[in-house]
Amino acid sequence: MSGGTFVGMPSFPKAAHEAVHNQTLRGNLRHATHTIRAKRANAVAEVSDWAELREAGKQIKDHTLRHLDRYLVQLEESVTAAGGTVHWAADADEANRIVTYLVKATGESEVVKVKSMATQEIGLNEALEAEGINAYETDLAELIVQLGKDRPSHILVPAIHRNRGEIRDIFAREMSEWGRPAPEGLTDTPAELAEAARVHLREKFLRAKVGVSGANFMVAETGTLVVVESEGNGRMCLTLPETLISVVGIEKIVPTWQDLEVFLQTLPRSSTAERMNPYTSTWTGTTDEDGPQTFHLVLIDNGRTDTLADEVGRQALRCIRCSACLNVCPVYERAGGHAYGSVYPGPIGAILSPQLRGTQSEIDASLPYASSLCGACYDVCPVAIDIPEVLVHLRERVVEGGVVTRDGAKVVLKPAKGHAAERAAMRAARWAFGHPGALRTGQRFASRTRRFHPRTLPGPGKAWSETRALPAVPAEPFRDWWQRTHGGKDASK
Amino acid sequence: MSSRDLILARVRRALADVPRDDTPYDQAFERGYLREHGDRSVEQTVDLLAENLADYRARVHRCDADGLAATIAGLLAERGSTSVVVPTGLDPEWLAATAVTRVADRLDSTPAELDRVDSVVTACAVAIAETGTIVLDGGPDQGRRRITLVPDHHICVVRVPDQVVSSVPQGLERLDPARPLTWISGPSATSDIELDRVEGVHGPRTLEVVLVSAE
Ligand code: SF4
Repeated sequence: MSGGTFVGMPSFPKAAHEAVHNQTLRGNLRHATHTIRAKRANAVAEVSDWAELREAGKQIKDHTLRHLDRYLVQLEESVTAAGGTVHWAADADEANRIVTYLVKATGESEVVKVKSMATQEIGLNEALEAEGINAYETDLAELIVQLGKDRPSHILVPAIHRNRGEIRDIFAREMSEWGRPAPEGLTDTPAELAEAARVHLREKFLRAKVGVSGANFMVAETGTLVVVESEGNGRMCLTLPETLISVVGIEKIVPTWQDLEVFLQTLPRSSTAERMNPYTSTWTGTTDEDGPQTFHLVLIDNGRTDTLADEVGRQALRCIRCSACLNVCPVYERAGGHAYGSVYPGPIGAILSPQLRGTQSEIDASLPYASSLCGACYDVCPVAIDIPEVLVHLRERVVEGGVVTRDGAKVVLKPAKGHAAERAAMRAARWAFGHPGALRTGQRFASRTRRFHPRTLPGPGKAWSETRALPAVPAEPFRDWWQRTHGGKDASK
Repeated sequence: MSSRDLILARVRRALADVPRDDTPYDQAFERGYLREHGDRSVEQTVDLLAENLADYRARVHRCDADGLAATIAGLLAERGSTSVVVPTGLDPEWLAATAVTRVADRLDSTPAELDRVDSVVTACAVAIAETGTIVLDGGPDQGRRRITLVPDHHICVVRVPDQVVSSVPQGLERLDPARPLTWISGPSATSDIELDRVEGVHGPRTLEVVLVSAE
C-alpha cells in the first residue's frame, strides 16, 4: 500500500515515547477512554443475550470469510442488478486510480466525504489532491483533523487529541481557506464550534455533485450497503450528490439482510455505547428520483487477501471497527492513536496493520509489541477477535521469520534485525509458554505485586520498556482470565 | 488478469485450508440470541418506544387520530415555522389545521431551496421500541430522503401500536432492503469535542415524534 498519510512514521516505541510526554494528549485520552468504557459497559448490560449476539457475530463473519469468493461474486451480481457498478482494486494505487477516474468523468473538481477508514488507509484524499480534486471531510472530527493538517488518532473520535481551545483556534484560522470562514468572535463552547462547522460544511453539501463514502456492511444477498453514523453528514453525502462512490474493503460483507440484526445491535453499543446510533442509512443500488442516480462500489483488497491467508491472523478481518478495544487498552490510553502509525490504532491496529502491510518496516515490526497482553481487548470485542492470540502469533513471525503471503504469493520472511530485545523477550515467552506452571505463577505474582512495579523493566526488557510507560498490570492475569472465560478449555495445550 | 480475477484467485488460494464441503450458510451457525428483550404488553412496548425516544432527546407527543391535525398545527406554531415540506402521499388531513405554506417534495427542487424551509412532516415505515428508532423507507407519505435531512425541524408521525415493533430483528423483518432506508434514533448529534454531546451538526436538530393512536 502507498501508506498515504503515515509515510515516514517512527516506530511505535519512538512515537509512543513522545506521546506519553504530551500531557494534553494523555489527559484527553484518559478522559475519553474511561468515559466511553463505562458507558459501554452499561449499554452492553442492557441486553441479556450479549454473549449469544457476540457468538453469532463471530460465526457469521467467520463463515463469510471462509466463503469470501462466493459472497463477493454474489454481492457483485446483486449490486449490479440494483443499478450500481462494481470495480475491483487489488491495492491502494489501483483504488485511487479508479476513484480519481470516476470523479474526473463527472467533470467535477471537488467531492464531499463521509468518514471512511478504507479511504484513509489508501490515502485517497492525497491522491485526489494530486489530481487537482479537493476532497472535503464532513464528519466534525474529521473536519477538525483536516483543517488542523493533522492525523486522526481514534477510530470513533478521531480528534480526541484536540481540546476545545485548540479546535477554536483551528476553525478561526483555517476555515476561510476552504470556504465559509468561522464567525467573528467564535468562542470555544462545543455548541458554538458545532454550529460553525454546520454552517461551513452546509455550503459544501448543498452544491456537492459527488459523494465518497465507505460502508459498515454490504449485504451479499441484496446488494445493500449500510452506513452507521451520528451527525447526518453521512446522509448528506449519501443522498444529496448526483454520483456516489463507495470504497469498501472486501471483508465487510455479511451474507443476508437478516444478519444485520446481529451487527446493528452490537455495533452501536460497543462503539458509542448507545442503544442505536442517531442515523443509519441503507441503500441498494440506485433509486429512481431519490438520491444519487449513479452509484459505484470500489471493492478493495490492499492486503486483505494476504491477511486471509494466515489461519491465525485472518480473524482480524472480522473487525467491525467499533473501537471498543481502543478504549480498554492501557497501552493505547498512554500512547495515543498516532503512535501506531496507521489509520487503525489501538489493539486492532496492532494486529491489522502489520498484516495488511507486512512486517518489513520498523513501525509494522514493532506493532505486535504495542500491547501488554492483558486481554481486555478480547473481552470487549463484539466479534470475539482473540487479539492477544494474534499478537503473540505476529511477534513470533517478527522474531522468527517464516512463510507468509505477500501480494498473493508465498514468501519466506527473515527474522527481524534490530529486535534483539524483543527476540530475548520472545525466548523468555517461549520458555514460559512451554512451562505453563512457571508462567501462571509469574503472572499471579505480577498481579499481586502490581503496586510495586517499576516504570521500566530491568534486564532484557529494559530497551523495550524505556520508551513505554509500563501499563498497570491487570488485577487478573490474562491467563487466569482465559481459563475462566474459556469454559475450562485449557490454553496451555 | 483483471483485478477482479486476481482478487478472487487470491481469496481462493488464501482459503486452501478450508474444506471444500464446508458447512453451508443455513447450517453455519445458530442464532442463539433473542428475537426481543423482555416480555411486554403492546401498551408497554409503545411506552418503551416513547421512553427511549425521549432518552435520545427526541420530543415525544401523543394524541389520537382526531387530535392529530391540531397537534401538528400546534408544533409548527410553537416552532414559529412559516413553511413545511410535504411528501406527496401524506394524508392531507394531517395538515388541515395549519395555514403554514406547503412546499411539495419535488424532484427538481434544489437542496438550497430545501434549506430555506423551516419544517418537514412525514409518516414512517416502522418504529423500534427497544432502541427508540424510527425508520423511513421513502414511501409516498415519507418522501425523498433529503426532505427529512435538510430542514432543521422534523415532525414524524408513528401510528401506534401497528407501526411499532419491539426489537431490531423484528424491525428488519418488516423492512424491504430494496428501498432506501433511513433509521433515526434521536436528532443528529456529535460528541466529537471533548465528548460533550451537542445536538445536530448536519441533520435536523429538533426531532418531534407524534405517536398517534387509532381512536
Ligand atoms: S477488534 Fe473488535 S473491539 Fe476492536 S474495533 Fe474491531 S470489532 Fe471493535
